[in-house]
Amino acid sequence: MRTVTVVGASLSGLYAARELRARGFDGRLLIVGDETHHPYDRPPLSKDFLTGRSAEDRLALTDDEERAELDAEWILGVRARGLDARGRAVLLDDGRTVSTDGVVIATGASARRLRGDDLVGVHTLRTLDEARALRAELTAGQRRVVVIGGGFIGAETASSCAALGHDVTVVEAAPLPLLPQLGPDMAAVCAALHRRAGTGLVTGTGVAGFRESGGTVTGVKLSDGRSLPADVVIIGIGATPNTGWLAGSALAVNDGVLCDDGCVTGVPQVVAVGDVARAGGTRTEHWTSATEQPRVAVGNLLAGRTAATLRSLPYFWSDQYGARIQFAGRRQESDTVRIVEGALDDGGPAQGGFLALYERAGRATGVLAVDRPHAFMRRRRELASGEDPVEQAAR
Amino acid sequence: MIPVCRLEDLPEGESVRVGTTPPVAVFNADGELYAIDDTCTHQDASLSEGWLEGCLVECPLHAASFDLRTGLPTCLPARRPVRTHRVAVDDRMIHVHLAAEEDTAA
Repeated sequence: MRTVTVVGASLSGLYAARELRARGFDGRLLIVGDETHHPYDRPPLSKDFLTGRSAEDRLALTDDEERAELDAEWILGVRARGLDARGRAVLLDDGRTVSTDGVVIATGASARRLRGDDLVGVHTLRTLDEARALRAELTAGQRRVVVIGGGFIGAETASSCAALGHDVTVVEAAPLPLLPQLGPDMAAVCAALHRRAGTGLVTGTGVAGFRESGGTVTGVKLSDGRSLPADVVIIGIGATPNTGWLAGSALAVNDGVLCDDGCVTGVPQVVAVGDVARAGGTRTEHWTSATEQPRVAVGNLLAGRTAATLRSLPYFWSDQYGARIQFAGRRQESDTVRIVEGALDDGGPAQGGFLALYERAGRATGVLAVDRPHAFMRRRRELASGEDPVEQAAR
Repeated sequence: MIPVCRLEDLPEGESVRVGTTPPVAVFNADGELYAIDDTCTHQDASLSEGWLEGCLVECPLHAASFDLRTGLPTCLPARRPVRTHRVAVDDRMIHVHLAAEEDTAA
């Protein structure tokens, strides 16, 4: 393999490039990114970056020294718009075609939008440019902020806006925020975090549209007929994988690029990692899996077959209103949950936090902690010890 | 020189956070005492809450790992070292001598 092209200058794209070099690939390495920035870390965008506690230079995932070592050709600010049927050429938006022997797809996901959201004051939060625009608006005096969606991005953004002194309301279509991720008991704890901080929480209703004046948003219309006044609206209703550019390629796409447990697509010299990959039937948008998948994917790419597979314990964290929430495991809807350390106070975490276990038939399936990082780490290791994350194929 | 705790209050495998600015973490790694900056250089997390194994501590948030002897990261996502600080025990009382601001472990 003489040339490998990584499409997506993202967290997982960078990890893939590093892995290629770490495994001794000394050929031509191209990294294509639709943003103009070198790879940066996205989790702080809704947290410390938004509040101004952390500066932009803290987001960078590489520096000049590492990039010199990596010896890659960076094609930034250019979108890939196609992959030929054999996976041997990447077509770029600027008209160029890059011939390649191997491809790592790391194009990530884009924030889901709502109809009529192209108004001044309406934001999504996924990229650095989006975060910059939102931050600028949030530092220009007190605003009435409506956050659509009570998931991780929504809750963290609401928390950051509240910390900046804005008047914040979260609108969540489900009866509680984070219900699918955490189940009703722990979702209620997260609802209490909003309530304690004085953030309004409107649940069980969707959004019907926006109110506007001269192209600037003035409010959010709810599907129950109510209306919330707003100067700033943030849409945090999930993300869709960036697969549009693969239309016409030989790859199967269904809410992500379909690949096996080893991140290998139907074309052996094309692998997919990160938010865009549906590996072994599951697509995860977790930071940790975006850093773990490239190891296995690149190994398989260079081997020309699925030599190793990955099944690591899903892990995510979220910082909301000064509380650090950590979860690891595979929760099913029927799992029960009980607090085994610490306690609740008025529906929310008590001082010192708590640790809860999700269980199924007497076995722990997941662990959730609020402000108990050490205890969480121990439980996460116990849960993970039952499974060997990287399995070598039997041959 | 900042007093930390009594030697008997920091058994092997344990760590303690000192609320200096910036905060410092003191570890008892198999009988040896080490002090490093408490905040992970990757993102805001307390290394005193981390997982201690030999002379390495793993960050509880993203599993970056640091060598307590040098402060150097041993794996991603951390790329910058934490500062190390000198530890002294005087009459069974643990103290740390904070490294000067400009004195990095690298």
